[in-house]
Amino acid sequence: MSSSPLLPKMMKAHGVSRRSFLKYCASLTSLMALPPAMAPRIAHALETAPRPSVIWLSFQECTGCTEAITRSSAPSLEELIFDSISLDYHHTLQAASGYAAEQAREEAMKEHHGKYLVIVDGSIPLDEPGFSAIAGISNLDMLKETAEGAAAIVSVGTCAAYGGLPQANPNPTGAVAVSDIIKDKPIINVPGCPPIPMVMTAVLAHYLTFGIPDLDELGRPKAFFAESIHDRCYRRPFYDKGLFAESFDDAGARAGWCLYKLGCKGPTTKSVCATVKWNDSTSFPIEAGHGCLGCTEPDFWDNGGFYKPLSAPAGEYRRMGQAALVAGVAAGIGGGYLAKKNKAKAQADHETVDAFTLEKEESES
Amino acid sequence: MRNSSNSRADLVQLKEAVANLPTGNAPPILSEILEALGRLVDRAEPTVIDLGAIPFTGGDEKVLQEVLGNGEVNAVLDAMGESHIQETGIPGVWRVDHSDPKGEVQSRFIEITFVPDILKTQSEDALRGQEILAERLSERLRATN
Ligand code: SF4
Ligand code: SF4
Repeated sequence: MSSSPLLPKMMKAHGVSRRSFLKYCASLTSLMALPPAMAPRIAHALETAPRPSVIWLSFQECTGCTEAITRSSAPSLEELIFDSISLDYHHTLQAASGYAAEQAREEAMKEHHGKYLVIVDGSIPLDEPGFSAIAGISNLDMLKETAEGAAAIVSVGTCAAYGGLPQANPNPTGAVAVSDIIKDKPIINVPGCPPIPMVMTAVLAHYLTFGIPDLDELGRPKAFFAESIHDRCYRRPFYDKGLFAESFDDAGARAGWCLYKLGCKGPTTKSVCATVKWNDSTSFPIEAGHGCLGCTEPDFWDNGGFYKPLSAPAGEYRRMGQAALVAGVAAGIGGGYLAKKNKAKAQADHETVDAFTLEKEESES
Repeated sequence: MRNSSNSRADLVQLKEAVANLPTGNAPPILSEILEALGRLVDRAEPTVIDLGAIPFTGGDEKVLQEVLGNGEVNAVLDAMGESHIQETGIPGVWRVDHSDPKGEVQSRFIEITFVPDILKTQSEDALRGQEILAERLSERLRATN
């Protein structure tokens, strides 16, 4: 639980040169949309910042977020940054269990009161405390108790940020997001199912060096959630030309046409998947031939079906901005026109449209 | 569908053409570089411009390359992936492009400086060099004795 910086020692142990580290910081600065002259300052701050005490709480979740951040290719600099925090409690990763584990949490809370960082993955069930508990303490009590002395909270993943999958209709446990419970602490939402590891570490690096980053109206760091997938999608020229794949194995799909009609939620989803990509920048879903599911937006499970085009009425768009939807689909020529036309029609008829009906209408017109 | 007669090659071309359409962001960057060069000459003040911060396509890159041209220095770093550091035909104006180990571009910068910092040996690395060399010499000594 020391607070002396660990990063330089770890870089040496892994044979990472400081030049490599400076290069990483330069790219990190660009990714975080900070002035490039900040890169040496970020490097210096990361090297000298005392290791902050971090308490990681896992509630109703699938452990995918923890998997994503700890399974990046070794020894990546992301991993080194993650290792340079003092993770004082994480019940999935820590060796201690039961009483000893809870004691570690209480000690960290006492010793670093007002200074520690809380990271939460998973949602919190409100219907019945017994639905999810750790060491006999309900998630609700543990969150309130731990948040009390925190400097800030990072809600990692869509479940902690908005309620996520546990909250999906009919929300059997009464699941809510961290921000529904904690109102008096700064909360940074890093949604995604799971979030991109590079984004999680960059947010952590930003917090370590300059504090809380600029957030959007959903509490997400603007540096990573300002642009939609559609803004940066390499299939965008096809969307703009009105060239859509109609099924997953037709000629259009093979030629790499836009996946809008197959349910892509790229136009209403803000994330850097299209540029930062996944699995050490290998690819991202649209590149693999599948539309975006919209996992960084609230209620993505209930937004009308993964394989229905955005123009199909989604039933209840609960918290997702209708403005974002309209702005997204209006941006293109072909798809935008199609979307507006069919959405208006479907709403008037109170019926749903899918890729098949769109196709039929189009060949008739 | 109306465009279904288009051949696949046409579409690949279309994709590339759209991706390479100049956004018109090169001319303002070029005048920013000229201004920064003035600060370097007058006050030895360096400037870094992040090309990832604005829409900057292949078409814009072409305009930049046409005006700046190639210079005398061309270095490749091998530090967690390659980085290309080139002085352009305008002395004092450098291109710094970082790639990851897979060869994907991570970030692109224009540096207006006498020498980009990333080229210099960091004092921490020199210290490590000192240790490694001392170790190798004593190993050799042991082997020959
Ligand atoms: S709708 Fe999806 S596949 Fe089509 S251009 Fe937008 S993000 Fe890409
Ligand atoms: S492409 Fe869409 S669904 Fe896939 S990870 Fe990114 S935001 Fe989530």
